Amino acid sequence: MELSEHIKTANVEDVTLRRPFHPALRGTLCVTSHHLLFSNRKDEASWQLLILLKNIDAIEKRAVGSSGTITIKCKDLLVLQLEIPGMEECLNIASSIEALSSLESVTEMYPFFYRPSHLTLLGPWGLSTTEQYYKQTERLWDRWRVSKVNSDYSVCPSYPSAVIVPREVDDDKLIRSARFRQGGRFPVLSYCHHSNGMVIMRSSQPLTGANKKRCKEDELLLQAVIDGSELGYIIDLRSAQQAQQARMTGGGFESKSCYRHWKRIHRHHERGKVVQESLIKLVEACSDLSHSVDRWLSKLENSKWLSHVHSALSTAGLVVECVERDGHSVLVHGSEGTDNTLLVSSLAQIILDPASRTVTGFLCLLEREWIQAGHPFQQRCAHSAYSHARLKQECPSFLLLLDCVWQVWRQFPLALEFSEALLLRLAQEVYASNYGTFLCNSEQERCAAGVKENTHCLFQSMLKPDIEEQYLNPLYEPTDLAIWPSVHPQSLQLWTGMFLRWTEYAQNMEEAREEVWSIVKEHRERV
Amino acid sequence: MSCTEVWWSEMEHIKMPKVENVRLVDRSSSRRTQVGTLYLTATHTIFVGKGSEDRSELWVLHSLVCNVLKHKASQSGYPLLIHCKNFQVIQFIIPQESDCHNVYISLSRLSRPEKYEELYCFSFNPNVDKAERGHSWDFLDLKAEYSRMGLPDKLWHVTAINREYRVCDTYPADLFVPKSVTLPVIIGSSKFRSRGRFPTLSYYCKENHATICRSSQPLSGFSARCLEDEQMLQAIMKSNPGSRFMYVVDTRPKLNAMANRAAGKGYENEDNYCNIKFQFIGIENIHVMRNSQQKLIEVSTLRSPSMGEFLTGLENSDWLRHIKSIMEAAVFISKAVAEEGVSVLVHCSDGWDRTAQVCSVASVLLDPYYRTLKGLMVLIEKDWISFGHKFSHRCGHLDGEAKEVSPVIDQFLECVWQLMKQFPCYFEYNEKFLISIHDHVYSCHYGNFICNSQKERKDLCIKEKTHSIWPHLWENKLDFTNPLFKPDQSQNQGLLRPRTAPYCFKYWRRLYNRFDRELHPRQSELDCLMTVKEETQQLEEELALYEQKLAVLDKERAKALYMQKGVLESKQTLWSLPLDTSLANTPQDYIGGFIGGAPNVFTLQQGERENAELCLFGDKPKSSDADNSDQESGVADFSSHSSGEESLPSEDSVKDPDSDETGPNRE
Repeated sequence: MELSEHIKTANVEDVTLRRPFHPALRGTLCVTSHHLLFSNRKDEASWQLLILLKNIDAIEKRAVGSSGTITIKCKDLLVLQLEIPGMEECLNIASSIEALSSLESVTEMYPFFYRPSHLTLLGPWGLSTTEQYYKQTERLWDRWRVSKVNSDYSVCPSYPSAVIVPREVDDDKLIRSARFRQGGRFPVLSYCHHSNGMVIMRSSQPLTGANKKRCKEDELLLQAVIDGSELGYIIDLRSAQQAQQARMTGGGFESKSCYRHWKRIHRHHERGKVVQESLIKLVEACSDLSHSVDRWLSKLENSKWLSHVHSALSTAGLVVECVERDGHSVLVHGSEGTDNTLLVSSLAQIILDPASRTVTGFLCLLEREWIQAGHPFQQRCAHSAYSHARLKQECPSFLLLLDCVWQVWRQFPLALEFSEALLLRLAQEVYASNYGTFLCNSEQERCAAGVKENTHCLFQSMLKPDIEEQYLNPLYEPTDLAIWPSVHPQSLQLWTGMFLRWTEYAQNMEEAREEVWSIVKEHRERV
Repeated sequence: MSCTEVWWSEMEHIKMPKVENVRLVDRSSSRRTQVGTLYLTATHTIFVGKGSEDRSELWVLHSLVCNVLKHKASQSGYPLLIHCKNFQVIQFIIPQESDCHNVYISLSRLSRPEKYEELYCFSFNPNVDKAERGHSWDFLDLKAEYSRMGLPDKLWHVTAINREYRVCDTYPADLFVPKSVTLPVIIGSSKFRSRGRFPTLSYYCKENHATICRSSQPLSGFSARCLEDEQMLQAIMKSNPGSRFMYVVDTRPKLNAMANRAAGKGYENEDNYCNIKFQFIGIENIHVMRNSQQKLIEVSTLRSPSMGEFLTGLENSDWLRHIKSIMEAAVFISKAVAEEGVSVLVHCSDGWDRTAQVCSVASVLLDPYYRTLKGLMVLIEKDWISFGHKFSHRCGHLDGEAKEVSPVIDQFLECVWQLMKQFPCYFEYNEKFLISIHDHVYSCHYGNFICNSQKERKDLCIKEKTHSIWPHLWENKLDFTNPLFKPDQSQNQGLLRPRTAPYCFKYWRRLYNRFDRELHPRQSELDCLMTVKEETQQLEEELALYEQKLAVLDKERAKALYMQKGVLESKQTLWSLPLDTSLANTPQDYIGGFIGGAPNVFTLQQGERENAELCLFGDKPKSSDADNSDQESGVADFSSHSSGEESLPSEDSVKDPDSDETGPNRE
């Protein structure tokens, strides 16, 4: 079925658009295969609102006399109302939006059609590859190598074609280890610390099962990671009890007797549905203005969102503590190793590694630790906070990461080269984008769909000098030190820039940001 | 009694002037302690650390001590816990029980002075002469403030009726009333109001002649009337020629006001007063507020609470709900004045607590002047000090009725802080200024906040015997300036329209966890911006200097010199900036001069990094290598910051069935 067949009414005149804190506007509404376009022509000046249909999380229709009202709730948390004269038109528009906003086929999505004149599809896609990262990171050369064991994605479908592993472990051992890990996600290198060579590894859970199976190659692989040093830490992102229970379903944990030099620490992290429901509750709490302070605080508490932020940051802190202060290598995993694992390993890098705090460094980190590492973006971000659809595999792990990074930035306002604007842009793009970066669930899927050949890369476009400037932190002063965030509840705050983004509250903050820029610019001119 | 006599009598309370080998415990990590000597003086408790490299001192004013508690003896000695009014909590461990008891007895007495003369402000003697002291009291001039508002004018004038404090002993001597009211009307009205606090002007909006007036509740009981009081309100209404009615705002909950009627007090009956619109606001009384803050303090001092515990505690304290209700009252009044052009009479019961809060917050919303440093001082001087907010009672300066203590002024400062959070560019002062004022309200270091009324202060010769805080704050105004302040815009801005949605009210970490350094951002945006701004100015001055030189010197040669120097100069400043800003990792060095530095100043400089790190994630000092070698305890250490449910997150808590057997099932 052609996309255009979903469109029964393409154009409606005299539509009234209502947005929070703006006067109502009258204009023309158009539905195209991928967009909703509202344009208001007043005198000479015209004003347009263009919304990606994929950005629409939920719609509600209501009939008022002969006309209808559609409430559009976007994944970036914006809520709009359209008053459409004519019931039939209203229903047509609504059904088009419903059909076109939930396309499942990747190649039908907008990034495959987005062809701006200033970008070209030629040239390399993305910022870096595993091989390039390895080449640039001299401290890896001695003990680590790039393995192509997964070049056809048969060893681990969610891993990239190349991964970094201990030099002394050959590909056969990797294949064995992969069979012993859920989804084939055997331990691979995530980060090597610049000051002491200690590493952060990540994987999925070992498949020890009820029979306490062992895998010699997996044990050797981990042994090779610590290479003679006395001790490594395994940070298991489940409670001890959960890890025990996982054995009943074929999963498990690294037992002390088999992994003698590894010490396991359990930290409980919520996952999947629970986190998605937190987001839904939080957004619901933020959009209800009528209630009292008590109700607000109890809803905020009840959403548990900040508790997830708290756990993520404190576990990342724990990892950093092991690596930087105690000088030990760390393996991080939960169950699948595609969500909390990535969250913790990438946060730890922000805290540890000054290189990941620049704009380029941060985007490279996301590319390496989320996109190449196989975070299933398509499944996790299918819906955001408003959808009434039954939850499948949605989970705002990536949004949680952005929130945590924001918390770090609040506590170290000078340490990150990028600003809140970059985080907000990413929060928007991950749910609906003109670019192909967040499409699909793994590199394998992206290859199959031809994402690299047929879409533009978001990160590349963000790094264009004229665009990058808007994401810069005017107060940036690089520091080589680890930036340890405080994880006391008093130190963590609601990310107002994100969750109260469409309220007037955000406008005054915008003014403050501009003032900061003007102070800094004035200074730079004088200097 | 002279000051020296008082001093000697205070010395008598000191049973133990010096205790050796006392340990000062860092609350964020109980194992990080400092050993040193504790001294008790007539005015301060002083702890001097013994460490060779870190001879830090801690000074605590007796008047800032809220309470002293002895805790159960531990292995290392006898703990003594001191809670301060500025929310600092200090824990000493004293080796000998008798010493601990003596210090406890002495401090308990010293922190509860019985007479005004015992307060620190009477012995505080900076090196200034009499004339200068007098001058310090002239720094703020309320007459000038009223004339800034445009008073007196043809409708309002100062009445001399209270010059001797005979009509109302809690009001100031000079009061503005409508010209049209006669003395008998004022006296009649004052007799019909609690404590004689008749309606009088607090704020005047010269653009539209609307006013905020304040009073206490009327003694209306169930049916009493007072013609003079009705005339008074009528006159206030008529002094605003553009309006046809006025609001009377009772800031109490309706139920409380009704209960007061049984005691012969109450509120205005709309039927008896012409053209008033009566409104209840529902701000709770001082007792509710005291309990609420107590709960808030308990939450803020919880040791490593989970997110849920903290938020639930914050909610249960109701503190932010009270802040919101004060803010909403102020928003209502400021809109009535600025947008409707209608005058408002505000009262509560006595008209010195909620009334002061609401009038002053409304003034901050209405008038950009009060958002400047000097303006806020003037506002506090006018609405709080001169109008008889009972500082001595509310702050517990003297030993007395605990039920009179209430954080009324704290709430005012917090409302201003909440506004600053919403409008980051509209306030000339920053958060440090508010915290400094808070400190001095409680410290009794200066005479401004002593006593309960102007009359009491006059009787006590406060101006002759103590110093004024305002010039002192003014001298340090660089520290208190908000770099984001945009004066021109703020002037044009006029009325601030804050949001009062619940999520706009935040927990004031900088006040309540002020001394818990590890809780605050490691780097300060404000400090960095201030540095940048100062540097810009310096550069500008240098530039001007060079331009002058240019004019004098030979043009060509001068230009060459200038270019050279300019390059050099700019290089220096470029490099100096990062240094400064990385030092900005040190949070808050804005503790008022009289409270010494806290024991371990946080910096993320190389040298002290270890210290800094360990408080963030660990609970135990790991600065020495000996600790690091002990891996088991290292793991226990991590558990200290787990979210709480699992007491033992290490694998030892998992009964690992594998541990004793070699698994046969190798893959």
